Amino acid sequence: MPLKILVTAKRVEDSESKIRANPAGTGIVLEGLKYKMNPFDEIGVEEALRLVAKHGGEVVVASIGSKDCHEQLRQALAMGATRAIWVNHAGPIDQLGVAGCLMKICEREKPNLAILGKQSIDDDQNQVGQYLAEWLGWSQATFASKEESLDSDAEKSKTPALKLTADGAWVTVVREVDGGLETLECKLPAVVTTDLRLNQPRFSKLPDIMKAKTKPLEELTPAALGVDVTPQLTVTSMKAPPARKAGIKVPDVAALVDKLKNEAKAI
Amino acid sequence: MPNVLIVVEAQPNGSLRKATLNALAAGQQIIAKAGGGELHAVVLAKDAGPLANDVKQYGVKVVHAGSAAHCENFLAQNVAPGIAQIATQIGAEYVGCAATQVGRDVMPRVAARLKAAMASEITSVNADLSFDRPMWAGAVIGTVKLSSKVKCFSVRATEFPAATASGAGEVKAFTPEAPASVGTKFVGFKEVKSARPALTEARVVVSGGRGTKGDFKDIEALADELGAAVGASRAVCDAGWQPNDLQVGQTGKVVAPQLYIAAGISGAIQHIAGMKSSKTIVAINKDGDAPIFTVADYGLVGDLFKALPELKAAIKAAKG
Repeated sequence: MPLKILVTAKRVEDSESKIRANPAGTGIVLEGLKYKMNPFDEIGVEEALRLVAKHGGEVVVASIGSKDCHEQLRQALAMGATRAIWVNHAGPIDQLGVAGCLMKICEREKPNLAILGKQSIDDDQNQVGQYLAEWLGWSQATFASKEESLDSDAEKSKTPALKLTADGAWVTVVREVDGGLETLECKLPAVVTTDLRLNQPRFSKLPDIMKAKTKPLEELTPAALGVDVTPQLTVTSMKAPPARKAGIKVPDVAALVDKLKNEAKAI
Repeated sequence: MPNVLIVVEAQPNGSLRKATLNALAAGQQIIAKAGGGELHAVVLAKDAGPLANDVKQYGVKVVHAGSAAHCENFLAQNVAPGIAQIATQIGAEYVGCAATQVGRDVMPRVAARLKAAMASEITSVNADLSFDRPMWAGAVIGTVKLSSKVKCFSVRATEFPAATASGAGEVKAFTPEAPASVGTKFVGFKEVKSARPALTEARVVVSGGRGTKGDFKDIEALADELGAAVGASRAVCDAGWQPNDLQVGQTGKVVAPQLYIAAGISGAIQHIAGMKSSKTIVAINKDGDAPIFTVADYGLVGDLFKALPELKAAIKAAKG
């Protein structure tokens, strides 16, 4: 059974950039920042491509943002996604707004699976997949992972970690939970969110990057989707995290044990 | 005078997940800062009775105990309706839980059902009832204000005290709503078996990073000498050297032990976000410029394969 999979490609600050609150506390310092696709979303794109390589079908990638996010949509297209949906929205948006737009897109596209990053590395909320699943009435499996490591043969052969049942009606997902790995079966359609060790995303080759420039990219707006994205969550200020007081270097293990015993009283 | 509802989490053996007590404390702070209100808790399980009886002693007015077969294994699609049902019934203005993997999975689904905005991993409750929470892997602390009628949150357990036993509340049994259709089936749980204490509850944690090259013998030997849990950096778990469950960091376990020993860990911001609330931090690393030394109380520049056995012997000797 060919699959239709919806994935996301949020534009976020590159974690290699120096992120810090600005002096006024109104946001972060923007100078010198680099941007990339949210790495958890990238893992979602990779997993969707592997599933489609195995079962046939198409991968549709969506992003919400200003025109800058075309860069991330084109990256997903270069990786192998079939077409892109851009929800043109420049202002602030919260998890309800994002999930609302994605819900409308799912209602229109009717995918078998929506694979999203478990969280984006900017606001670190870890919510949109769960909101989307609830509003669609779909099953959910968050924090998808696999038993094999990223050095395993299964990973090298680009085997999808998500497995469809023989009748194609359910997907089996291994999840990272406290204390170990949990396995769930989710009835399709379902929402899956990705954890770090689901797969190692591919690099795009130059011909694919060129080809991605001509793949279809549809423009929508929240209004066209019928979604009110007025935020109900507002970040009113930003500040630096509390700093730890500077420590000391000790010359050897004996000095370390002395400090731990007599100063920190930690042992 | 808001009512606050806290979702109680059980461990796989059915006993209380301790992080729930930190979530209850956050609920008490909301009530204190709002100048009044009631603290409620909800337990959902195949048999919610025993856990509800345990929780009622922690300063809770009412524990709502929902027992139903569909609540076994606490799958988000199955338990969200019952949690939302109680939230609506008591007119809860705030609904929260601990930011464990279970809480991270379930609470946004509950929030969606309640059409509520949610703040994840809150680290403090402010006087105006806004929340502080880490963003960009902890590089920035954002203050967030929720304007939805119902407000949901998850609590970073290391940043709140544990609620203490303070008199018995009432346990009220209820029949939890089931989801409209069975869409999620529990297949199995593969536990990472360890004789050592749980990472998030240990008094001492010894963690290894890329510098171990996958050899955790000395890390484990020191941990056992100290009665400590073993942790790992993301690189170690990505390489499959240690189970994912041992990853300390922004997207893994957030820990705050009395003593955290980081060996062969360079100190990426994502790792530091997961351990910087530890009381005392020791770093052992060959590279004297490694960022881990900026958060360490005591830094030792050197080879971990030499330092760890020495440290183990010295601690053993110091104990006498």
